[in-house]
Amino acid sequence: MKEFFNIYTDPVYSFTFVCIAFFFMIKYVDLVATKKFGIGLMIGTVVMFVLCFMDPVFSANFYMTNDNVPIIFLVLLLAWTTWFALYKGVNNDRRMAQGLPPIEATPENREKVWAWPNLVYTELFAIILGTVFLIGWAVFFKAPLEEPANPTWAPNPAKAPWYFLGLQEMLVYFDPWLAGVLLPGLIVVGLIAIPYIDVNPKGNGYYTFRERKFAIIVYLFCWLVLWNFLIIIGTVFRGPNWSFYGPFEVWDTHKVIAANNVNISEMLWINTLGVKLPSNILVREIAGILMTLAYLVLFPLFLTKKLFNFKGTFGAIFNGGFLGKRYLQRLGWARYSILIFLVLMTLTLPIKMYLRWLINLKYIVFMPEFEFNI
Amino acid sequence: MAKDSFAQKVAKTQVWKSIFRHGPPDNARNRAAVIAGNVFLHLHPIKLKKSGVQLGYTWCMGGLTFFVFLALAVTGILLMFYYRPTAEYAYNDVIALREHVPLGIMRELHRWGAHAMVITVWLHMFRVFMTGSYKPPREFNWGVGVILLVLTLLLSFTGYLLPWDQLAIWAITVGSNMAKATPFAGHGGPGAMLAKIGDFVMVSDKNDVRFQLLGGRFVGEAALLRFYILHCVFIPVVVSVLIAVHFWRVRKDGGISAPL
Repeated sequence: MKEFFNIYTDPVYSFTFVCIAFFFMIKYVDLVATKKFGIGLMIGTVVMFVLCFMDPVFSANFYMTNDNVPIIFLVLLLAWTTWFALYKGVNNDRRMAQGLPPIEATPENREKVWAWPNLVYTELFAIILGTVFLIGWAVFFKAPLEEPANPTWAPNPAKAPWYFLGLQEMLVYFDPWLAGVLLPGLIVVGLIAIPYIDVNPKGNGYYTFRERKFAIIVYLFCWLVLWNFLIIIGTVFRGPNWSFYGPFEVWDTHKVIAANNVNISEMLWINTLGVKLPSNILVREIAGILMTLAYLVLFPLFLTKKLFNFKGTFGAIFNGGFLGKRYLQRLGWARYSILIFLVLMTLTLPIKMYLRWLINLKYIVFMPEFEFNI
Repeated sequence: MAKDSFAQKVAKTQVWKSIFRHGPPDNARNRAAVIAGNVFLHLHPIKLKKSGVQLGYTWCMGGLTFFVFLALAVTGILLMFYYRPTAEYAYNDVIALREHVPLGIMRELHRWGAHAMVITVWLHMFRVFMTGSYKPPREFNWGVGVILLVLTLLLSFTGYLLPWDQLAIWAITVGSNMAKATPFAGHGGPGAMLAKIGDFVMVSDKNDVRFQLLGGRFVGEAALLRFYILHCVFIPVVVSVLIAVHFWRVRKDGGISAPL
């Protein structure tokens, strides 16, 4: 059983599994949004942690490099809040389907109440509970403190704080200028842009799922799969040299993992055409450059039918599709361009992950002369 | 006439009346006065929609984030009494804090509080998203919130270096190495080598963004002082200002979001 998890938690499998689970969570959201599922999910998460911590190797790895205790609370709260938000949303959707207002808009809930005592007492209890929780945490768990700083000896693995481990995990697939600078920057810009891109007037001030399907699916996927699951990979499944280690696998520093990743340029010129790499950089990298341009420029034009005008089945797919012409008409050029750029940049991460796993791709564009590697 | 109880007597003294200008908040007039007349409580509206005070709606995550922020300010100030941000003293001061201060859990409170704040602020944003509360008229305040989220992470990150142990310097080394790769502004980033005048390299490891962040080419004593000041003074001041803007805008944009 532990062997099974040691093999199949490899991001190759576990990331795929989480994506599939996410798909089913959305597809069967009505089943997810039941009390039984919520209780089951919470019990399942707690049992998972208990079983994991009963394993000495897991506990040792978990506490070895980092103060990882908050991850436990994070995972529990993620399971709870995701289920709870969907539960409340689907509940409101059912009410609205019956012609009732969402629960937040019932005449009773629209009524105004005094801040004293209704709000200030809730706050008082929250402060007391928060204090008790923090003091309990502080009493039972010592703050980590390792050997004094030694600039000449690097621990292996050297991990960032847990909340940045998603970004550190991205370093496996991207160079630092993308994983550490551009993509985090785009996360911040993208988050700030959300209210200006999302022109859907519905779902303002109450939980819903159906009225904001697209926005919620995109946000949940980024939040759960691309942000938090990558943090979990970085915390639990990465050991010395940032290699993959199963949750119940001893961290053996000498574990050798063959790295035979190749660039697109090598695939084209050496493997396919059987010639030496051309000396001109642009000629050498032409395939990767064209693919990148096609992805960021031609693909959106293709979606919006500015470039081709497909009829029949293709036309129907792109016309009615999430990112197709219908969206362009609703959002206008400026919003649509920003949205499609952000979505495509987000998707570069899973795309690069699968290219790495499937064809051992290292770089799409490889220009070490300019440190410009994609 | 019945005799006054002790509490009633106290409430009639000049001292009590000088502090509290109104009677107990058990009627409409005094309930309005208690909120409006107190500088801290007047962050709240006097009355608000019932949906906005329900835990099932707000999860109290924004409020808890603010509470943890205050707790971190208090424990942080207490820690500053014991801690000197130099390579010579920093680690020893943290050891002393652990071994010589009786019942000392201030560092624990501060560290776990910092992690808790990261989690509560993330979940606050998740709740705000799921209720569509970023939609007009609250677009701007969502943006302020995103900046506050980033500053929360930076606060936690700058604090990570201060114990000056192996965990600290190598986590910050990993993190600050990213700055090296900033396009055009970091010496290992794309485009940096294009910025040359003859043989003179304009972006090198002696002047790029990582150098500015660390005050050196590696995580050393200059970095410790910089991170200390960023952590204890600069970022908290900016965060406090933005929190004020954030709370002010919650009120001005119509309070906790509710169906239109």
